[in-house]
Amino acid sequence: MSMKLKALLKSPWVFHLSTGSCNNCDIEVLDCLTPRFDIERFGMILAGSIKHADVLLVTGSCNRKSMIRVKRLYEQVPKPCLVVAIGECALSRGMFMHSYNCPVPLDKVIPVDVYVPGCPPKPEAMISAVVKLIEKIKKEKLEGSSKRK
Amino acid sequence: MIYLMYVLMFGFLLTAVIGLLASWIDRKVTARVQYRVGPPLMQPLTDIIKLLGKETLVPVGASKTAFLLAPLVGLASVILVSTLLWLNNINPKESFIGDLIVVVYLLTIPSVSIIMGGFASRNPLASLGASREMKLILGYELPFLLAILVPVIKSGLSIRLGDMLTAQMQNGVFIGSWSGFLAWLVVIFCMQAKLGLVPFDVAEAETEIAGGAIIEYSGPGLAVFRLMKNMLLFTLPFFVMILFMGGLRFDGIHFLYGVLKYVGLVALITVIRNTNPRVRIDQAVRWFWGPMTMMAIAAVLLAIWGR
Ligand code: SF4
Repeated sequence: MSMKLKALLKSPWVFHLSTGSCNNCDIEVLDCLTPRFDIERFGMILAGSIKHADVLLVTGSCNRKSMIRVKRLYEQVPKPCLVVAIGECALSRGMFMHSYNCPVPLDKVIPVDVYVPGCPPKPEAMISAVVKLIEKIKKEKLEGSSKRK
Repeated sequence: MIYLMYVLMFGFLLTAVIGLLASWIDRKVTARVQYRVGPPLMQPLTDIIKLLGKETLVPVGASKTAFLLAPLVGLASVILVSTLLWLNNINPKESFIGDLIVVVYLLTIPSVSIIMGGFASRNPLASLGASREMKLILGYELPFLLAILVPVIKSGLSIRLGDMLTAQMQNGVFIGSWSGFLAWLVVIFCMQAKLGLVPFDVAEAETEIAGGAIIEYSGPGLAVFRLMKNMLLFTLPFFVMILFMGGLRFDGIHFLYGVLKYVGLVALITVIRNTNPRVRIDQAVRWFWGPMTMMAIAAVLLAIWGR
């Protein structure tokens, strides 16, 4: 595995984007930073600006207004980057399934690397998702069948 | 040739290694204060390697040259300052007259580079951060310069860092006297502002203006800015040590004392940063032009009086 990728996996900086969630998912995301879970152990910190981030964390349902912004933000993340969808809303629109305003789930708009189901998901679930993500990338690299640059 | 080696070995490599270590100490102590575990030892280095491997994005309409050049300007000046400081410490005789003034000037350039990068990136938040940084410089430079007058007076009106070191070697450190202690206090606050740490991190203010002047930087540019900040975390305390605390000596037990002094200063910076809220820019300027300047003037008067 290249040094670049190794370093990326050891210090993923996270940009947290809410596309109109009910705020529960966001509170659970912030829970991961508290002393109990402390994800800074793994080198993760919340980045204030999208240009500093490696991981785009999306919570909330994908409505017509916010999707334009999500696309624009995805284009602004310096590559290589990863996308994590958190919560039922981002995964499959949850209770907004039949809403006129949420025509498609998130992964129809931008490529998603990990899905964390739950309404809201527990912090443990998020951490285990990140672990799975890291394993996945490592395996992809070993098999040499990665689409990622 | 020998000077080139000094620049590379001491100015860049050694300073960078110690700076990265210091920034790890800073993050670890912060985490422990908040009952967290904190990042592993190699974390600051990993961050920089990762940033070097990422894409560089230049915002549309930004001034490309200034935007990409700003981090390098800042880094170069930090390297120069640390070379001068190391040179003085290793051999106090070898410095030239007026190197104190050169160091003081060069220490402003990192802030100027942040202003440059902020204004060049054509982002409203970055401009806001840069203009705050400018006001902050206006604020802290006055008490900083006044406080530096104290060691100058105490070492017999010399503006050579080497003379200050020899004077402290002979008559005890300056911080032991009243004027020296007052000036040291002032310099500690100015150092916090120069490093851009809480309570004077108005220019960066992650939670308020999302990174301020460096908001548009990504990849290598951001890596160089971070490295510059980490190196400053070594250079500034080292400068304070030379001015007030007798510098770093290499003979026997004195070396241990020097290391302890440095670690103590870093811990002090961290504790200040963890126990204070961010001040507004007007409060910061008022603080520096009011109480701090008064204290610095008092210190200078005491030094002239011989205390
Ligand atoms: S998934 Fe549930 S908790 Fe999360 S934003 Fe949607 S409704 Fe709220």
